[in-house]
Amino acid sequence: MKLNRRLFLGATAATLAAPYVNAAGHGRPKVVVIGGGAGGATAARYIAKDSKGEIDVTLVEPSRSYYTCFFSNLYIGGFRDLSSIAHSYGTLASQYGINVVHDWAVGIDRDAKSVTLAGGAVLPYDRLILSPGIDFVDGSVPGWDTSAQNAMPHAYKAGSQTELLKAQIEAMPQGGVFAMVAPPNPYRCPPGPYERVSMVAHKLKNENPTAKILIVDPKEKFSKQALFEEGWQKHYGGMIERIGPDFGGNNVSVDAGAMTVTIDGSVEKVDVCNVIPAMKAGRICDMAGITEGNWAPVSGHTMQSRLDENIHVLGDATNQGDMPKSGFSANSQAKVAAMAVRGALTGSKVFPAKFSNTCWSLIDTNDGIKVGASYQATDEKIAKVDGFVSQTGEDADLRKATYEESVGWYAGITSDMFG
Amino acid sequence: MTYKTILAAIFVMAFPVVSQADAIGDDARGQQIFKKCAACHQVGANAKHRVGPILNGVFGRQAGTAEGYTRYSQGMTRAGIDGLVWDLEHLDAYLENPKSLVSRTTMNFAGLKDAQDRADLIAYLRVFSDNPANIPEAEPTGVPPEVTLSPEILAIVGDPEYGEYLSSECLTCHQSDGSNQGIPAITGWPTEDFVIAMHAYKVKVRPHPVMQMMAGRLSDEEIAALAAYFKDLE
Ligand SMILES: Cc1cc2nc3c(=O)[nH]c(=O)nc-3n(C[C@H](O)[C@H](O)[C@H](O)COP(=O)(O)OP(=O)(O)OC[C@H]3O[C@@H](n4cnc5c(N)ncnc54)[C@H](O)[C@@H]3O)c2cc1C
Repeated sequence: MKLNRRLFLGATAATLAAPYVNAAGHGRPKVVVIGGGAGGATAARYIAKDSKGEIDVTLVEPSRSYYTCFFSNLYIGGFRDLSSIAHSYGTLASQYGINVVHDWAVGIDRDAKSVTLAGGAVLPYDRLILSPGIDFVDGSVPGWDTSAQNAMPHAYKAGSQTELLKAQIEAMPQGGVFAMVAPPNPYRCPPGPYERVSMVAHKLKNENPTAKILIVDPKEKFSKQALFEEGWQKHYGGMIERIGPDFGGNNVSVDAGAMTVTIDGSVEKVDVCNVIPAMKAGRICDMAGITEGNWAPVSGHTMQSRLDENIHVLGDATNQGDMPKSGFSANSQAKVAAMAVRGALTGSKVFPAKFSNTCWSLIDTNDGIKVGASYQATDEKIAKVDGFVSQTGEDADLRKATYEESVGWYAGITSDMFG
Repeated sequence: MTYKTILAAIFVMAFPVVSQADAIGDDARGQQIFKKCAACHQVGANAKHRVGPILNGVFGRQAGTAEGYTRYSQGMTRAGIDGLVWDLEHLDAYLENPKSLVSRTTMNFAGLKDAQDRADLIAYLRVFSDNPANIPEAEPTGVPPEVTLSPEILAIVGDPEYGEYLSSECLTCHQSDGSNQGIPAITGWPTEDFVIAMHAYKVKVRPHPVMQMMAGRLSDEEIAALAAYFKDLE
């Protein structure tokens, strides 16, 4: 986008002049944020930090520790320990004055502009921010529902599920089979399942070198495919097999009791089965009545829900256009929403929305790759402007530098989220 | 570990004591290698302090004491106080792995693993140090800047408030407290260095794809705004 500074300063002046009212009618304007993950924690922090106390920010999140999904695959691979991907909300409360409430939001009254918590409290808001992440689509993998998640973990929300999956891999018999049922598009973290396969292979290569990995995939193609396949060939030759839709990868069911996967009618006995079902916006979005299909449509200019201008939706739960569902994206969207919310509630300057994303993945020790793009808001969607991706055949030094960069990014984004 | 013990461990045995400057290495090759340093350090007649101090006269200088340079890390100042002097051996160890010699140095440089590269670079630096046997006949010309920017671009006064908003995009990776764990710190840079670096990414002279993309869509004013904002972050 060619930015004309004079033009947008003009637009800013208009925003400044517009009257802004605080629905509660008295006191500081109130923002409630539901979900303390990549989108929600960032939004809460930026609103509190930049409004310098002018806005009352409440963050609702059931967990006291947030385990990042990002780098959870590296935990499985043995490159990180679990405590290194856990983050608490202490700094957001003590340093930024955010009212952190550890509870579930169970209802949203859009007319009264209030949120009800499982514990019974009712929180009024002037603006509501929803960043609840994903839930799974019932029945998308026949034979699997959340009651099967202990036998066949998804590990697509990090924490105990990730620990469980890792423990199951460690308990595999020598020469056993690890199966992954990969999700259909769109889903959280496009390279995530394939980075996971890489990390499982890395672990098995050391601990269980005759084991096999089977990916059952409903998609023709996947993110960074050429790079992953090159890496798998190079580091784990012969260990990984992927069954795409041509061979029945889109016709799969599981039996968690028998530990079998049925692919196009043929039954495979497996030792570990990582089922990553189809996804949809976190359930609270449905309860709020702001979804169309599986996701919550939003305007890219402000991340406002297309169905309710007092609600902004961030991250994986949204249908916004071209950005992948990633932590980086959610963090980027949160800053745009934070600016828009402050503009609306306190009249602060509003600049044009800009977004970016980079997803790093680790294939094996010091073999990192990345894909990224920049985006701008149009009236229809968030549209991709420019992008890049690692190349096949890159030399080892560059791959190592890419991995080191991802470590730097992890430190950066987690301090940008949690202070 | 102090830098002294590290030196004992990694250096003294490995590097024969060299008394003749011309035996250090190939300074012409060192001049090429110095390009890696030139984003932050200058040498030669018109050298100025940039992100890092001037390296004229570095030989024999006590660490952390270049005159007029105000941005030393506590780690570097402390090392100088502890007695670190930039002689051949210490420069070699520092260039091999800056953080192992001066643990909390802010010099964001991974190090030169190749002993010959270090020797050649040190030979080049030696040319700019006050040693009668080594002062070159002609004035050294230094290293040209990465991009030449018009005075108008350099003169743009950035709006730090706008820079603060734009900076939120940078802070997903670069940390606002200036710490660096795999992605360099960008706080507290002199404005001009920041502007030159961003333009060098924008025109793809500097190689990093993420930064080329990020800088590629920033206007001249936006770059100035970011420089203005980050300059004052500590
Ligand atoms: C294996 C894996 C690897 C990944 N790797 C990367 C990576 O390398 N880089 C990257 O950028 N992204 C990565 N991602 C994606 C990234 O984790 C998500 O895109 C990101 O977390 C989305 O942020 P969010 O705010 O939308 O949701 P989340 O971060 O999931 O946060 C949602 C929060 O909302 C809370 N919540 C939900 N419902 C309610 C409710 N009703 N009331 C209160 N709180 C609620 C949840 O407890 C949760 O803490 C990865 C994901 C996976 C699974």
